Amino acid sequence: MTAFPTTTRTPRTATRRSAGVPYSFLAPALLLFAAFLAAPIAYTTYLSLRRTQVTGLGLGAGSRTEVWAGLENYTRSLTDPDFLPSVYRVGAYGLIVVPTMLGLALLMALLLDAGRTRVGTFARTAIFLPYAVPAVVASLLWGFLYLPRVSPFADLLHALGITPPDVLAGSGVLWAVANIAIWGGTGFNMIVLYTALRAVPRDLYEAARLDGASDVQIAWRIKIPIVTPALIMTSVFSIIATVQVFAEPMTLRPLSNTISTTWTPLMKVYRDAFTRNDVYSAAATSVVIALATFLVSFGLLKLVGSRAFHQEDRT
Amino acid sequence: MIASRGRISPAATALLLLGALYCLFPVAWVLIASTKSAEELFATFTLAPSTHLLDNIVTLSEYRGGLYWRWMANTALYAGVGGAASTLVSAMAGFALAKYAFPGKSLVFNIILAGVLVPGVILAIPQYLLLAKVGLTNTYWSVLLPSIISPYGIYLCRIFAAAAVPTDVIEAARIDGASDWGAFGRVALPMMRAGLVTVFLFQFVAIWNNFMLPFIMLGDDRLYPVTVGLNGLLNQGASQPAMYTSVVTGALLSIVPLVALFLALQRYWRVDLGAGAVKE
Repeated sequence: MTAFPTTTRTPRTATRRSAGVPYSFLAPALLLFAAFLAAPIAYTTYLSLRRTQVTGLGLGAGSRTEVWAGLENYTRSLTDPDFLPSVYRVGAYGLIVVPTMLGLALLMALLLDAGRTRVGTFARTAIFLPYAVPAVVASLLWGFLYLPRVSPFADLLHALGITPPDVLAGSGVLWAVANIAIWGGTGFNMIVLYTALRAVPRDLYEAARLDGASDVQIAWRIKIPIVTPALIMTSVFSIIATVQVFAEPMTLRPLSNTISTTWTPLMKVYRDAFTRNDVYSAAATSVVIALATFLVSFGLLKLVGSRAFHQEDRT
Repeated sequence: MIASRGRISPAATALLLLGALYCLFPVAWVLIASTKSAEELFATFTLAPSTHLLDNIVTLSEYRGGLYWRWMANTALYAGVGGAASTLVSAMAGFALAKYAFPGKSLVFNIILAGVLVPGVILAIPQYLLLAKVGLTNTYWSVLLPSIISPYGIYLCRIFAAAAVPTDVIEAARIDGASDWGAFGRVALPMMRAGLVTVFLFQFVAIWNNFMLPFIMLGDDRLYPVTVGLNGLLNQGASQPAMYTSVVTGALLSIVPLVALFLALQRYWRVDLGAGAVKE
């Protein structure tokens, strides 16, 4: 770490500079952090432990009061018949998206890094491009491509004499939504992994090649271990994104009858808060989701040590 | 591209082109689909272009007195102003964390790191409830303000400041009589420029992509960003299929500026997530 040598500074400079300076630089960030991260978290936790009590007929001012509820909202939220299916669904979705997306991203990054092609720049730009397309628009595009009346894939299958499956119905929807996330995220992760690969000194591979190692062996034995910290970071961010899946299924809903209002946990939170006006239950579910995400990401980071963060402190 | 030693591999080329095809296909589709009239959209072969692009743009532009363009302007405001403000706030915080020693520094940094792992979308509903209490929901502020704080941006800025701004240079500026703010604004910020563009792009895309926050916060559709607007149009399309042409055209027009920005600023994407991000 490079910091000002505060202890060795001459008294003249020390008096000129007030100790409050770093705090003034940090003030806007800390203020916004408190207002839009810490306070909402605290408030949600508080709400999750409250409920309204209706006295009398529930009419007039003061007839609805907020009282302490203990863990009641949590029990209600966790035992809601819609909750576990949404968790399983997102779990299955994550099991499809995270390995496929990162696997493809790693493969593409390794292919680009090996440099045995003339289409590298073009492919890199093309694969990265979907990152510029917001999830809503991506879902819109794919949604139309999934519609049997529009889909060129359906036309193709018809031409081959096969009845195309309706991916927007039944269990196909899970794959349909997963595909949108994979399409949107592969390029970004590829760039992350590719950047990590480019940082490796080339002569490392030179030596391996002299020893007779093939491209595949170099990738497997040298490159993949080197990008492991980057892979872990991309996994953590992908898992966080998975838990939050909301925009894609919400956008596809008008095109598919299969996507319920509680298709993902976050959609259930949204329904509880805004359709059912039950902010307490929504708050409890939010806390559960946030805790689960935090534990999974933190656990993953702990598992591999703090290799991924704090890198600059090593020097 | 470094075409290092060794032959061109047809297999590598084929795989990369396949990946490129997969990624470009929906973009090519929307380009073609937006040239079709409402009847043609569902009747003609998907990949056969037509001649109605301008008509479609006119129809979309006339929709409720140009509401679509207002959505685009809103998006530019949310993502542009929000991204710029976020970058500045992150840069100041990152600079303080990288270049000063002060009590509570590691506490602040650890809290910010924990913030990186908090799923942002989860916060949208509690943010709504809090902003509703102070009467700020359904305003531009309700989407702008929560977008400005970015723990990840601060983390990146700390790395950029540590790597790109030599402490000696800051000391020299101070000896020349610059104040701390002067040293930050005139010396450190320009040195961090490349990194700050990256942070800005990250924030720009994150805000542009955050559907849930504006979706929850805004009731007045004149305040919508284009994503929430298009989502609403698509919902209408379920009952009036003629809307679909406007949805498709709107989708195309919405991605044009961002794709252009991406291609123009490609070299600024230095996404070395975990490690030092910028090589010293």
